[in-house]
Amino acid sequence: MEGRDSAMKITKPEELKQYPEYQEALVELLFQLADDDFILAYRGSEWLGLAPHIEEDVAFSSISQDTMGHAAMYYQLLEEIGMGRADDLAHGREASERRNAILLEEVNGPGHYLQEPRYDWAFTVVRNYFYAQAKKVRIDSLKNCSYEPLAQVAIKINMELYYHLMHWKTWFVQLVNAQGEARERMIQAIEKVMDDFGGVLSLGNKGSKMVEFGLIDSEEVLTERWIQAMKPVFEQANLTMPNAFQMKRGNGRNGEHTSDLESAIATLSEVYRMDPLAAW
Amino acid sequence: MIEKIKTALDAVKDPEIDSVSVLDLGMVEKVQFTNGEVVVQLLPTFIGCPALDIIRQRVEQVLSSLEGIKRVTVEFINHPPWTSERITEEGREKLKEFGIAPPPKQMGPNGEWQIECPYCTSTYTMMENVFGPTACRSIFYCKQCKNPFEALKPISIWM
Repeated sequence: MEGRDSAMKITKPEELKQYPEYQEALVELLFQLADDDFILAYRGSEWLGLAPHIEEDVAFSSISQDTMGHAAMYYQLLEEIGMGRADDLAHGREASERRNAILLEEVNGPGHYLQEPRYDWAFTVVRNYFYAQAKKVRIDSLKNCSYEPLAQVAIKINMELYYHLMHWKTWFVQLVNAQGEARERMIQAIEKVMDDFGGVLSLGNKGSKMVEFGLIDSEEVLTERWIQAMKPVFEQANLTMPNAFQMKRGNGRNGEHTSDLESAIATLSEVYRMDPLAAW
Repeated sequence: MIEKIKTALDAVKDPEIDSVSVLDLGMVEKVQFTNGEVVVQLLPTFIGCPALDIIRQRVEQVLSSLEGIKRVTVEFINHPPWTSERITEEGREKLKEFGIAPPPKQMGPNGEWQIECPYCTSTYTMMENVFGPTACRSIFYCKQCKNPFEALKPISIWM
């Protein structure tokens, strides 16, 4: 970046004005991080009262609450940069403006949480476990982010993520090691998740700028770390490590999305849209 | 004045655990007082905790009623991060009075926790759920006195 040492740190949002290109890459990254956590926390909240047992209901809603808190912190960082109010960023943006991975917006399964929910627990476990590990890899990288306010947030999120990752790993290991239907459904869920998992690992069109400015490690490095972290788990469960991370339905980082996201936004922003200026 | 402010802050309890104050929990990072204006920097415990806004309001309330204070600003900051090691010894005792075990000071080699029952002090306890009724708590069962109880989750930098 012109006029900026590659090892230089930016400590305050005000300093960003001097570096418009840097700011653009940072904003893009923050939207990816925020939108990922936001939509997955929403999908998690739809499970409330429907999880396999009551202890899981307690755990999953706690995880979703934490995850929503992480999204709120990223939106807060965007607000400090002057991108608008955090509440508006979370509720008021159209699907085409969102940067979350397509895998995370997908419905939990057929039906509706109020009516005949036929949600898929295998898919939920695989999606959340694989995502939590990808988030861990990203967060570890962000601890060294050149934008210090984001590095500080990463340290904070990491401590909560520890419990999320442990939780989903436990479910994953137990279900793939069970025999019969459980294992079969888990293998199907892994295949389904892999069809779109490339979108979670992607940094989108501005990825190379993010790396150049020292915001985060490259997509390739992050993907390799994800594989290294997952390898022993796959080997112990006698599963084949997937060798392709696809984006069959497009790349959410570049604004491509499905109707699942549109209906989710319509539902979650219903109250907000009644009075966008209300104080919460 | 700082002393007066600290005494007042000791009256701001956690809305979900009303025996411990923001000072006991180690949430207060900095208090500055200049020309009638007080700035309090607080560290959020868990990020998604709905109690944070209530805590902010209560801090503003108790401090603005003090004589000599014209303006109160409460800031939540992320650095340094709050960890469970910040809970004071007094705070740990008060948690027990409330029936909540304080977080373990260290963990075993495989990440397991040694938790003492807040009722009978037995370590013959079992974790029922690492997640509890609020983001910061876990659910345990004491096999000695047969009471269920909650414990604060350890939260630390090494995680």
